[in-house]
Amino acid sequence: MSSSRYYAPTQLNEAVQQLAQQGARAMAGGTDLLVQMRSRLEKPAAIVDLKKIDSLRRVDITADSVRIGSGVTGAELGENTALVACYPGVVEGAELIGSTQIQGRATIGGNLCNGSPAADSVPALIAANGICEITGASGERQVAVADLLLGPGRLDLQPGDIITAIVLPKPVAGQADAYLRFIPRTEMDLAVAGVAVNLTLDEQGVCQQARVAIGGVAPTALLVPDAGAALVGTRLDATALTAAGEAATAAARPISDKRGTVEYRRKIVAVLTRRAAVIAAQRTGRAS
Amino acid sequence: MNNPAEKPEIYQYVGTRSIRPDGVDKVTGRARFGADYFLPNMVHGRVLRSDHAHARIVSINTEKATALAGVVAVVTGADFPDIPRTMIHLGEQQADIRDIAENVMARDKVLYHGHAVAAVAATSLEIAEQALALIEVVYEPLPVVMDLDTAQADDATLLHSDQVTMTMTGPVENAQPSNVAMYMPLPKGDVTQGFEQADVVIENSFQTATVHQGYVEPHATLVDAQVGGKTRIWTSTQGPFLFRTQIAGALAMSVSELQVIPTEIGGGFGGKLSIYLEPVAVILSRACSRPVKMVMSREEVLRASGPASASRIWVKVGAKSDGTLVAAQAKLEFEAGGFKGSPMVPAVMTMFASYNIEHVLLEGYDVVVNKPKASAYRAPGAPQAAFAAESVIDELALKLGMDPIDLRLKNAVDGGDLAVYGPPFEAIGLKQALQAVKAHPWYGQPLAENQGRGVALGFWFNVGMQSSATVRLNEDGAVTVVTGSPDIGGSRASMALFAAEELGVPPDRIEALVGDTESIGYCDTTGGSRTTYATGMAVVEAARDAVQELRRRAALTWELPLEQVAWQQGRAVDLTAANDPLPLAELTANAGQTGGPIAGSAELNAQGVGPGFGVHLCDVEVDQETGATKILRYLAVQDVGKAIHPSYVEGQLQGGAVQGIGLALNEEYLYTDEGVLDNPGFLDYRIPVASDVPMIETHLVEVPHPAHPYGVRGVGETPIVPPMATIANAISHVIGKRVTRLPASPPRLLALIDQ
Ligand SMILES: Cc1cc2nc3c(=O)[nH]c(=O)nc-3n(C[C@H](O)[C@H](O)[C@H](O)COP(=O)(O)OP(=O)(O)OC[C@H]3O[C@@H](n4cnc5c(N)ncnc54)[C@H](O)[C@@H]3O)c2cc1C
Repeated sequence: MSSSRYYAPTQLNEAVQQLAQQGARAMAGGTDLLVQMRSRLEKPAAIVDLKKIDSLRRVDITADSVRIGSGVTGAELGENTALVACYPGVVEGAELIGSTQIQGRATIGGNLCNGSPAADSVPALIAANGICEITGASGERQVAVADLLLGPGRLDLQPGDIITAIVLPKPVAGQADAYLRFIPRTEMDLAVAGVAVNLTLDEQGVCQQARVAIGGVAPTALLVPDAGAALVGTRLDATALTAAGEAATAAARPISDKRGTVEYRRKIVAVLTRRAAVIAAQRTGRAS
Repeated sequence: MNNPAEKPEIYQYVGTRSIRPDGVDKVTGRARFGADYFLPNMVHGRVLRSDHAHARIVSINTEKATALAGVVAVVTGADFPDIPRTMIHLGEQQADIRDIAENVMARDKVLYHGHAVAAVAATSLEIAEQALALIEVVYEPLPVVMDLDTAQADDATLLHSDQVTMTMTGPVENAQPSNVAMYMPLPKGDVTQGFEQADVVIENSFQTATVHQGYVEPHATLVDAQVGGKTRIWTSTQGPFLFRTQIAGALAMSVSELQVIPTEIGGGFGGKLSIYLEPVAVILSRACSRPVKMVMSREEVLRASGPASASRIWVKVGAKSDGTLVAAQAKLEFEAGGFKGSPMVPAVMTMFASYNIEHVLLEGYDVVVNKPKASAYRAPGAPQAAFAAESVIDELALKLGMDPIDLRLKNAVDGGDLAVYGPPFEAIGLKQALQAVKAHPWYGQPLAENQGRGVALGFWFNVGMQSSATVRLNEDGAVTVVTGSPDIGGSRASMALFAAEELGVPPDRIEALVGDTESIGYCDTTGGSRTTYATGMAVVEAARDAVQELRRRAALTWELPLEQVAWQQGRAVDLTAANDPLPLAELTANAGQTGGPIAGSAELNAQGVGPGFGVHLCDVEVDQETGATKILRYLAVQDVGKAIHPSYVEGQLQGGAVQGIGLALNEEYLYTDEGVLDNPGFLDYRIPVASDVPMIETHLVEVPHPAHPYGVRGVGETPIVPPMATIANAISHVIGKRVTRLPASPPRLLALIDQ
């Protein structure tokens, strides 16, 4: 391996400057980047390690928002009970990544920025209507998670842009989320398909709003408005769940590859949609 | 757990769970595996591998690579000796040494994607990598032959234009060039007549995928070649002597020019019986006169080593309405990879070896395809054959409305019965193992919705063969045991226990070591489940030899005839009771005064092996919407003869079951149409992870094998034979359809469910 320069800045502006140089790459947990370097897919001239920047490593919950620093690891998210109470589905997506060892390194920002269509934390962020806060050479801006993703490995980021946090709205009463993925093994595998459902039930158990996002079955994770619409106004009866599942199947644009066929992915994305919706509904405590 | 020998009555040490001698080094990282060896002045070797699955090599230009600074050697097939086609004995098997030589480094043709075409040695790995990229190979691509049908089509592209179909006695009649390297029939009685007598006939066809042994440690070697002197080879191997034979054969050398030093080994399962890097490293080391180290990446391991054969087996069985089997017929087709030599022969021989059936006709075909040359994998061929055989036996039980264990008990072989391949069995415990499963509390327990239970049995021959051992007594009374059998499953602990028992010395006073080809006599491989059996027998004999010498020294001291001196619990005992017993440590301390150092040795060829029979039971739950199968619980029962170290015997049963679960559920090579392996890594070549499997429960049946001093029979291979069938049977019961193709990966199983 030819050598790369290594930086470990403690300030965000330093990191932005260091990333401005040709061939520099941000590194959070390194569980994607280092693997890509080992398999010689990536040869960065410089590595800018973001883990020492405190502001990226915080979770802040206020009256109206939940702000997750991009550098928070899956294990840290799982230990944050206040966050788990707000967004159990977002946390379970991030906590599914890898294994115990990987969990101590892998960050939610890294999962998003790696741009894998099968990234596990992303569908729940989309279903939660998450917004990315970005800092770069040209200043600060905000982009919805759903709009950030352009294709496999392609994001709406300029060289040197750093995602500092993902901001989610504070959930309302009766709101909950869930994420389910399918893998052939029980862990250490990449999602063949994944579905996140974020919904709100009223006190009678009738669905007031629902957002369904699917992963692993299209060039990027995506929101399926029709699947959400199929749930709204229902008590999540079998007909509504089937309709939501069918909408997810219809929106999926999967490929056949070593992890699954087109046909298989279309089938299971519907199954996962139904099951995730039921779990999310149960978590509201208002399901009939 | 319900195991015997927790408190052995007749033995003091054999059958106890002593601490394994290699344990501390392994858990502290001190143990040195293949890649952990370094020599001064050492350089790094890398292999350039074919990016075609089938092609003629038109030219190789190494000029630019040779010119790169830091490159010290570049070699191609032209630098290797031309080896005539000769069959050599490799312990359990025969192999064509020319095939081995050409598998190690391609000559005119590449036969699979990943086949070695050139190699470089350089002062750093990075330079070696850069040099590989500078080698220019011109290929003339040929049509790829990736499956049994393509290989056997009338107008098939031939992998080897000079290959004709052989039988055990010579070429088939009117032999034409063919991708079928071998045809082997195994007839008994008259199957046509047999099927006429049958009240029920079951017939089906079964397929398994190309799979890998999945050992954690990649192949690694360090070679210091010396022209005109000894060439030293450190390598991770299951058989230093077998490697010596193969390397010498592939390089037209004499075995005595080579010293093979086995390193600690991180798994083999049969895959480390084959040589890959060693001859290449020898040629590189000779070319640059420096030691050369070579280590495969995981990707290379999957692309170019192993694998185990894919198979297709058509099978038909007939039975009377009372369950008596009367006829069995099968056609077994096995993929050999780029060179002949799949485990078709043992597949044929094991397929119905567990049953008494009057009329049998089994026909095996060894077929070459453009995949890496198949290597041995734990009970080679038997799991595939058992999958087919035990599936139709299961179907038969369903059709007859019989309990699947009762059906097997009715037909199972016992001591005195003739194996389908000829000889009679001595004392065996198949029936006891079947009864143990039936008596197990799970067996009758009810199952919930989407759950199913499967049972299947498995057989493996086991072998004896050649082993050597020395037992040396140190001045302080500690003991050193050396054998030539690499320890891949805890065998050093068993060797120490044998010596402990014979000498009457606690196992922690015994150091069991694995010697190299210069420090111990010839030893066949750690394979064929032979180590505890045959090498153990050599250790017992060597220890008895040492005991004889200890008695002689005591007799000398006491001026008594030898017969008056007994050896009891680590002490020489004067049977006339005139003298106090002499402990071993006293005899060794005074050895210099009584005739010199005390040691024993044994060299033998162990005959009369004890075959292994196992029966597995498994409960599964199938998610019928996703096709995912969960293993709820798993029981492995086996006749183990005598468990010398029960923990490592149980470990063998558990490991075999877990590997079998992988083969049944997810493991398979996925190839592109061009013959390129699409999943050369453990992310998508899915061996089970810990959370995929429940605790594997074991139950040891001990029917001692009469030919071994402690009743040992091999235990390592049998446990991988039943799982594929056990799990397929369980899944079939849930979905109400027969699983005929493995692995039953979720997409494949869902397609079957939705069919
Ligand atoms: C054994 C193993 C198992 C895995 N299992 C899973 C799994 O189950 N599910 C799954 O989704 N993934 C899995 N992964 C992939 C990986 O662990 C995750 O994608 C992880 O979340 C990446 O986070 P990281 O912090 O390690 O990212 P890094 O590797 O540090 O970075 C990933 C990419 O994002 C960029 N980046 C990182 N942080 C920022 C930032 N703040 N701003 C801008 N760019 C940034 C980097 O430059 C790089 O391109 C697995 C990986 C391994 C090695």
